[in-house]
Amino acid sequence: MADRAQTPYTGIAVAAPVTVDYCRYSNRSAHWFLARVLRRLLDESGIAKDEVDGLCVSSFQLMPDTAVGLTQHLGVSPRWLDHIPMGGACGVVALRRAARAVQCGDAEVVACLAGDTNHVDTFRKMLGSFSQYAQDAVYPYGSGGPNANFAFLTDHYMRAYGARREDFGKLCVAQRENALANPNALFKTPLTLDDYLNARVITAPLRLFDCVMPCAGGEGFLVTTAERAEALGLPHARVLATIERHNAWPDDPIQMRGGWAMDADSLYANAGKGPDDIDFLCTYDDYPVINALQLENLGFCNEGEAPAFIREHDFTWNGDFPLNPSGGQLSVGQAGAAGGYLGLVEAVRQLTGTAHGHQVADARIGLVSGFGMINYDRGLCSAAAVLSGGNGA
Amino acid sequence: MTEPLRRPKRKNPILRTRLPVVPPWTRSRVALGMTAAAARGSFELQRCSECGRIQYPPREMCSGCLSVDLSWSPVDRTGELISETELNHSHDLFFRERLPWRLGLVKLACGPTVVTHLHGDVPEPPCTVRVDARLDRAGRGVLIAFPDKEAPNMADDKQLREMTCDPKFRKVLITDGKSAVGQAMVRAVADAGASLIWVGHAEPWKQPPGFSELESIPEVTLVPLDLTDARAVREAGGSLGGRVDILINTAEAHRTHGVASRYGTDVARLEMDVNYFGLLRLAQEFGPAMQFRGADGQNSAVAWVNILSVFALSNFPPHGTYSASKAAAFSLTQCMRAEFKPNAIRVVNVFPGPVDDEWNQLIPPPKLAPERLAADVVAALKDGVEDVYPGAVAREWFSRYREDPKVLERELCE
Ligand SMILES: [Zn+2]
Repeated sequence: MADRAQTPYTGIAVAAPVTVDYCRYSNRSAHWFLARVLRRLLDESGIAKDEVDGLCVSSFQLMPDTAVGLTQHLGVSPRWLDHIPMGGACGVVALRRAARAVQCGDAEVVACLAGDTNHVDTFRKMLGSFSQYAQDAVYPYGSGGPNANFAFLTDHYMRAYGARREDFGKLCVAQRENALANPNALFKTPLTLDDYLNARVITAPLRLFDCVMPCAGGEGFLVTTAERAEALGLPHARVLATIERHNAWPDDPIQMRGGWAMDADSLYANAGKGPDDIDFLCTYDDYPVINALQLENLGFCNEGEAPAFIREHDFTWNGDFPLNPSGGQLSVGQAGAAGGYLGLVEAVRQLTGTAHGHQVADARIGLVSGFGMINYDRGLCSAAAVLSGGNGA
Repeated sequence: MTEPLRRPKRKNPILRTRLPVVPPWTRSRVALGMTAAAARGSFELQRCSECGRIQYPPREMCSGCLSVDLSWSPVDRTGELISETELNHSHDLFFRERLPWRLGLVKLACGPTVVTHLHGDVPEPPCTVRVDARLDRAGRGVLIAFPDKEAPNMADDKQLREMTCDPKFRKVLITDGKSAVGQAMVRAVADAGASLIWVGHAEPWKQPPGFSELESIPEVTLVPLDLTDARAVREAGGSLGGRVDILINTAEAHRTHGVASRYGTDVARLEMDVNYFGLLRLAQEFGPAMQFRGADGQNSAVAWVNILSVFALSNFPPHGTYSASKAAAFSLTQCMRAEFKPNAIRVVNVFPGPVDDEWNQLIPPPKLAPERLAADVVAALKDGVEDVYPGAVAREWFSRYREDPKVLERELCE
């Protein structure tokens, strides 16, 4: 069945990329971080709180509340509300939802918020209750959340395609270099390949620097009309095309590709761009193997060729293939659902020329991809967006 | 190849005994179907009655055709190990104390991909494995992948031993060694490699045939134990409770009466006093000390075995009061399971059909040989099974009971 052509995103501005209060542990609740994000969005944009008529929220630790309860906490009365529980895909999906709401006039200014806290026991408590399958068929086996799942994928990927630990290490080392220029990143010290290779084993073959570090923090952006953004003098990015896909390839015995492999062609067709036009890439990077899958599935190389691609390119922010110029989650930290916003917020920053110290030169077209929700043995959500700078590039 | 288990050294009395913790036991209701099958020693997955799809993890609907008509069915155990990992870190206390811990991802020939515990003899992926369900220390069903081919000492695998109750190098108390079943039980656990066997005996004036020969088994120590004597049970619990790894309660009183054939309650009282109150006394005197040792190293306390009767499921009128006492005992064992669960002691229930002994003289064959019963108990301990139906009669009763308890009740009235 041929998909209907996607209606272009016209007149949509993505503005005010904000990042707040990253820290390893916090005594505050998710509500606190989400309030901090909204406040910062208003401060950055000069928009009054009652002008925000759309709200989109992602958070793991907001329970027992959802976006609905949060409106009373924040004292807002939006005419459009969404709650997106899609983990690492929530940023791109929030953008898709908000952009259509604005385009169709259901809302004019949508604040997209993601934030989570991290207490000392937050992560452990979440593991057993993450999903019914996790509770029934993963947690009883002793595996610490997604570690074991990504260990399986990494082990299999290495055997299938001859990837070496050095290949994954190269990505981690480059991202750390990117993070050193990013004031929001929690990792402040350089990482060498030797550090990476000799780190302690966590879940073989994964070692310490293969595993994302849970933390607290928040991310957000505004979606509004281009007219409104221009009237406010807000630097902004435009949406060229987006995709999302859930539970892709359910018959694959092990995850060797995400939903991007189903939809990347339509993404590029709708964007009117190809992989060669992309100036920088923000992947979802809780473990390096999933970077490899995104490089392949998003058309930068063929399936199984990511190891060779990695060996051929420089992934630092001023290299020939800037990857996660913020440092990505592996070097910034994973602030719960805010980890799903990190790449998108960074992309808007890059496209509006507001990155601090790690600005990719001539960043006109950026690709952001998201990946989320290890329900049982694989991640279920994948999403991607092609964005351009405000002048349409 | 698995390193064979060594006879444990004497315990250092100065070291603190590690307190038992068990793996996460929370499961959705639908997932408990796998546990129920594993408790009976069966590996079953959900099968869709409409399209035949086999699926895992358990769920409420067929992910193929959306039928909700699903049943638990034995399936082909063959699979391919496609990936493995070794946990060197875990957020869960049970696993944290036992790292490293090997897990595998297996594509089953019957369809689904499953996360499994991985036996140490399984080679690197890709390779063929045999997947089976076992009860873990929390008494919940989990999957484990074994190598395609049998290898020596497989039962001694560190991870597998955390799911079984193998008598090898363990200290066993058999509460009554005088009956034919008790004697067979002593020989069977001695053959299985138990390091010490305490054999209880009541009524010292009675010397049944074969009993005196038990003393020639080097591991055996006779201990006076009368389950109807609260003080005697307390004393035995005080001296042995902290050392017993496996308790096998073979003591029973068995008479052959219904309601009308024996006026009064004296016989029923005797049966209840041994079969029900005796069990309760044992559980109170031995239970706490055994639970304290639920994670005491390689040879921790692991199992409590009750020799019940298939008559516990549905009353056999010619042995009516005996059946009632066994039903009472069965009910109490369910309470014990709940109470022992957090401390990793497995309560194993054995439901034999009529054993070939003096009290079943008038029951026509087939009757269960005591040696067969004992062998099935040892096999259940080695396999980590929780409910045992030894012999053809017991298995047939149980399948009739599962089909419809009411029909069975009426049949037994004939
Ligand atoms: Zn079906």
